[in-house]
Amino acid sequence: MSGPSLGPAADGALVDESRLIRADLSPGKRLAALALKWESLLFLIFVAMMAANSLLSPVFLDPANLLDATFNFTEKAIIALPMIFVILCGDMDISVASIISISSLFMGMSSASGAGTTAIVLVGLGVGLAAGLFNGLLITRLDIPAVAVTIGTMSLFRGVSNAVLGDQAYTRYPASFGELGQGYAVAGLVPWQLLVFAALAAAAALVLNRTVFGRYVYAIGNNKTAARFSGVPVQDVRLAVFAATGLLSGLAAVLLTSRIGSTRPDIASGWEMDVITSVVLGGVAITGGKGNVGGVIIATFLLGYLRFGMGVMNVPGKVMNIITGALLIVAILLPRAIETLRRRALLGGRA
Amino acid sequence: MKELLKRAAKRKEATLVLLFALLCALVSLRAPSYLSGKNVNTIANDSALLVIASLGQFLVILIGGIDLSVASNIALVGMTMSLANVAFPGLPAALLLPGGSAMGAATGAFTGLLVAYGGLPPIIASLGTQCIYRGVVYLVLKGSWVTATKMSPGFLALPNTPILGVSSMVWIAALAAAAVIVFMRYTASGREVYAYGGNKTAALFAGVRSRKVEILAFVASGALAGLASVLWVSRYGVAQSETAAGFDLQTVAACVLGGVSMSGGSGAAIGVAIGALFFGAINNALTVVRLSPFYQMALQGFVILFAIVSNTLIDRRNQMKLAARRSV
Repeated sequence: MSGPSLGPAADGALVDESRLIRADLSPGKRLAALALKWESLLFLIFVAMMAANSLLSPVFLDPANLLDATFNFTEKAIIALPMIFVILCGDMDISVASIISISSLFMGMSSASGAGTTAIVLVGLGVGLAAGLFNGLLITRLDIPAVAVTIGTMSLFRGVSNAVLGDQAYTRYPASFGELGQGYAVAGLVPWQLLVFAALAAAAALVLNRTVFGRYVYAIGNNKTAARFSGVPVQDVRLAVFAATGLLSGLAAVLLTSRIGSTRPDIASGWEMDVITSVVLGGVAITGGKGNVGGVIIATFLLGYLRFGMGVMNVPGKVMNIITGALLIVAILLPRAIETLRRRALLGGRA
Repeated sequence: MKELLKRAAKRKEATLVLLFALLCALVSLRAPSYLSGKNVNTIANDSALLVIASLGQFLVILIGGIDLSVASNIALVGMTMSLANVAFPGLPAALLLPGGSAMGAATGAFTGLLVAYGGLPPIIASLGTQCIYRGVVYLVLKGSWVTATKMSPGFLALPNTPILGVSSMVWIAALAAAAVIVFMRYTASGREVYAYGGNKTAALFAGVRSRKVEILAFVASGALAGLASVLWVSRYGVAQSETAAGFDLQTVAACVLGGVSMSGGSGAAIGVAIGALFFGAINNALTVVRLSPFYQMALQGFVILFAIVSNTLIDRRNQMKLAARRSV
């Protein structure tokens, strides 16, 4: 249903000229193209940011410290993985933080009624999946823009938590449940969460690059209509993507609730902003069809350690938000500028 | 006459007015004071700010976008205007109304430039400026509040001065609604916004300049948010970094309730004004029937989803009828 859009945002051509002519490039030009690759640039920024952080605070570069710091952003990184698929499809999900809220609410309820750790986790995952399916069904079966649906469910899901909890909170969870989000593996050094994220990231990369489903996602993002006429089950793929986003938001809710040991209605508020920023900063085109997992992983670590470093220096959260907001804007402006430059370089100023 | 009635009944706004009447009837059954003159006045006052800000959001939704910076615009412009009042108490307070609109137009234009020239989708551009604007408020105020004790009496009287028995704030909202209705219906620029939102390609071939329309929509949204912000801080007597937090979603709710399609290109300013009043009436009803204010957010989400789904179904039915008539 999305109308054809002209204008600057939609000029991502179906055929990437740079890829067609890369074979007969001189080594110098090939090096320039690699240096101009978004992931390389992002990695350089990441290294610079880590260097700056360790100069400003001598304890920053301690391995145990760096591993512990990942607790602050692993849950967001986990949601960023399915969000890559959502944005690749040309959609958007701004309800993820509210899914955490409602999923955590039901976990709190089941814990209060005496459920064990396994049951609590299943409830958390189940509610997340149900919320994602609810989004996906409204979006694909009624053909409503994803932003419109998720702006409604963003309010509805957190609203349910507000209505049930008011100014109260669930704080009683079994001790073994608390281990999930706080535990360590590998000689007591590496957080469990980080391993979970690593496994999921590998799975996401595999699905995106090595399966038919992954190719479908790119096809949909490049041109929904063409994909449908080529036999791609567009609506089913999008439904699966939204369901997966709900499920992994539920998983993030499990880890977060376990880590902080309580459920308040405002849990994870504003996280949708951080998740979307890391996906966009990671080089996924907001118009869909372009981007990959690697860049997003670098971007989540970049943003995560940036916030951690600023926290060490007592920068207030609101001020960090200015920087995140600016990064979000720059992250879209900069690749467009680079793309223009690269085309000029590769096509000898013809474009 | 009969034909006119028939045509009116087919419009989404007609359904809206019916729903509105139904709500009023149901709530007055439970609490007869709901429709008393005093409470109606309260509803009008409470909805005035939402009416003004939603009319701006309306233009952005019409071009197929969404403006998530409305609330932080209110916080930023409201803070600046209240600080101006504190610094220059001698300045006539009414001057801050155009002042706030002008500043809001500028902050809105910045978001619009990012969309028009930077190629950012409206939702992302406004998400970014939302964080920046609210962060600036925090940086300037350092978490402190500009309170009523520091504001001048003239400033605090700005929204509440009665004219013909109705407060100045309601008059301003009515004037803003009238201005947007006339602009959207009877000016070339207004029609261009509809054309662009309905079919971007067709509009471009018809000579509509996309950048102009995109910037126009965000300037309008910013200017109306700026206007609302002056009334907001003077009415509540406080400006702080959390001012109007979450208000963006209420303006979106008012628009979809008013029959504006989230895909862009369809909807009427009068519907938005009624939608905002309706939303204000629902919130007021919550207090009148003594429901906890904690229910407000869930209700808002439900209202948004309900309105979007029913709009979609109505549009689809109309399209199918149209297609059936064509194929005959």
